[in-house]
Amino acid sequence: MISPSDPAAKSIWAKLGMAFIVIALLALPFVLTQVGTAWVRITNLAILFALLALGLNIVVGFAGLLDLGYIAFYAVGAYTYALLASPHFGLSLPFWAILPIGALIACVFGVLLGAPTLKLRGDYLAIVTLGFGEIIRIFMNNLSQPFNLTNGPRGIARIDPVQVGGVDFRTTDTWFGFAVSGPMKYYYLLLLVLVVVIVVNLRLQDSRIGRAWQAIREDELAAKAVGINTTHIKLLAFAMGASFGGIAGGIFSAIQGFISPESFVLVESIMVLAMVVLGGMGNIFGVIAGAVLLSFVPEILRYTVEPLQKSIFDRVVIEPEVIRMLLFGLALVLMMRFRPAGLWPSSTRRRELRNAER
Amino acid sequence: MTDVLLAATDVSKRFGGVKALAGVSLTIGQGEIYGLIGPNGAGKTTFFNCLTGMYGADEGEFRFGGVKLDTQAPHEVTRQGIARTFQNIRLFANMTALENVMVGRHVRTHAQVFGAIFRTRATRTEEAQIEARANDLLRYVGIESRANDVAGQLSYGDQRRLEIARALATEPRLLALDEPAAGMNATETVGLRDLIVALRQDGLTVLLIEHDVKLVMGLCDRVAVLDYGEKIAEDVPSVVQRDPKVIEAYLGGSVG
Repeated sequence: MISPSDPAAKSIWAKLGMAFIVIALLALPFVLTQVGTAWVRITNLAILFALLALGLNIVVGFAGLLDLGYIAFYAVGAYTYALLASPHFGLSLPFWAILPIGALIACVFGVLLGAPTLKLRGDYLAIVTLGFGEIIRIFMNNLSQPFNLTNGPRGIARIDPVQVGGVDFRTTDTWFGFAVSGPMKYYYLLLLVLVVVIVVNLRLQDSRIGRAWQAIREDELAAKAVGINTTHIKLLAFAMGASFGGIAGGIFSAIQGFISPESFVLVESIMVLAMVVLGGMGNIFGVIAGAVLLSFVPEILRYTVEPLQKSIFDRVVIEPEVIRMLLFGLALVLMMRFRPAGLWPSSTRRRELRNAER
Repeated sequence: MTDVLLAATDVSKRFGGVKALAGVSLTIGQGEIYGLIGPNGAGKTTFFNCLTGMYGADEGEFRFGGVKLDTQAPHEVTRQGIARTFQNIRLFANMTALENVMVGRHVRTHAQVFGAIFRTRATRTEEAQIEARANDLLRYVGIESRANDVAGQLSYGDQRRLEIARALATEPRLLALDEPAAGMNATETVGLRDLIVALRQDGLTVLLIEHDVKLVMGLCDRVAVLDYGEKIAEDVPSVVQRDPKVIEAYLGGSVG
């Protein structure tokens, strides 16, 4: 008989668990479509936020550099896609060509932000990055003159959807006898990108570079003394994090078909940071859990709170948006009190916070 | 004397009106254990910090193995072959002992983002070598059983040993120890002494700042004494011990 503690049995259970998760993730959009197509779109946005949170996790979770302007890189990626694949400039480059360009340009912006802020830490770094995020947004808002680059606050519309091979992501196709809608196609695309980003994150974390990031987070002076070029390694964190933001931004552009500076306000930066902190800084799966939770809860509220109030009071007493912010605030306070390292923290982070309390 | 490994010439450092180092020159021979002593505030740690690039000296230069040392950046100094420990232990407290030493291999290894993401054969081989080397070094300093313990939870003596192992991981030619025996009990100090002797036998040159006079006198080949940023004596321990200027610096001038 095989006991549950037997390592062979454990690996079988792990494989079965993995297989179950894979099947569940593949079947998810079909289930969600039964509930309503809107839920597929909501799930897609949740995955986009997970991509963003994973990018920010490199900067904040791994290297310990607080970045409050992260959404700027998302904006740069989104605008890169929009400008290269819309009637605005009459360009229509293919999706797979723009995504790396977007990542590269966001990466350059990451270095642009990183270079002057290398000597700053903690609060000071947070303020400068916050300013950087706002500068990018204000530029997007005003670069309609003298040369119309961004079309200002009106934003850029009619952005090309993704087209890979002969597959058009706008229309519903029948694959293997299943009707697959546009949002469902984006879901699979996002899932694929998410898996790639997770693998990249895991591998970076467990590498010479990942250890150097952790060392800088723990003690920058000691890191220098053991021969780590902290300038170079910090810039690398900014550049890598920014690239992921740029990729997420490009996909966002393609899904939405319309972007404007309004999508990239400070609150979005704070949301992504909250996902990282709530889920558990430094732990990749914690960060994803945080992103999914913070994306879904407001939507669930939207669909339950209104009908509930209508059935009880015959009208909406408290707007769902108000309840969302109330719950959000309450959740953060409770978190800081009971699980300061996040819902699902990395073991190192948990130790750090425990030691800091002493 | 044997070949000169490190030669400091007229090193000066000023902090505002305070002259922390006033033209200190000294030479350390290949394979020596060289002690740097002096009363509190004499400039010992300042000398260390200038040497290891923590801050630049105002004047003077260091030549290391005959080549002018680039002391502009600490990581450059480490790459050129000088490793240091800190007076107040500075480990990566929340990483394991093994991970601490693995970080020390950073400067001698090469994997970049591309290699890390694609797990190339070169990166995998290098990672295995880093881990093997780190384990060897933990064994060398005698804390291999603590490899997977969190650094901050090790005993004081083990933390000192771990810091030395991490410094050794950078493959130094000169190991600079800043008060390694501070806070150690008698047994731990004897253990440290044996470790330093073993390091020298394995070809390393050691620069030692220390307050424990007994340890310095018994261990060092030569000793320099700093007082108010100036070198007031440099010789074998038995001579330095009887030098009236040294006695005055430590015990104060004669009264009256």
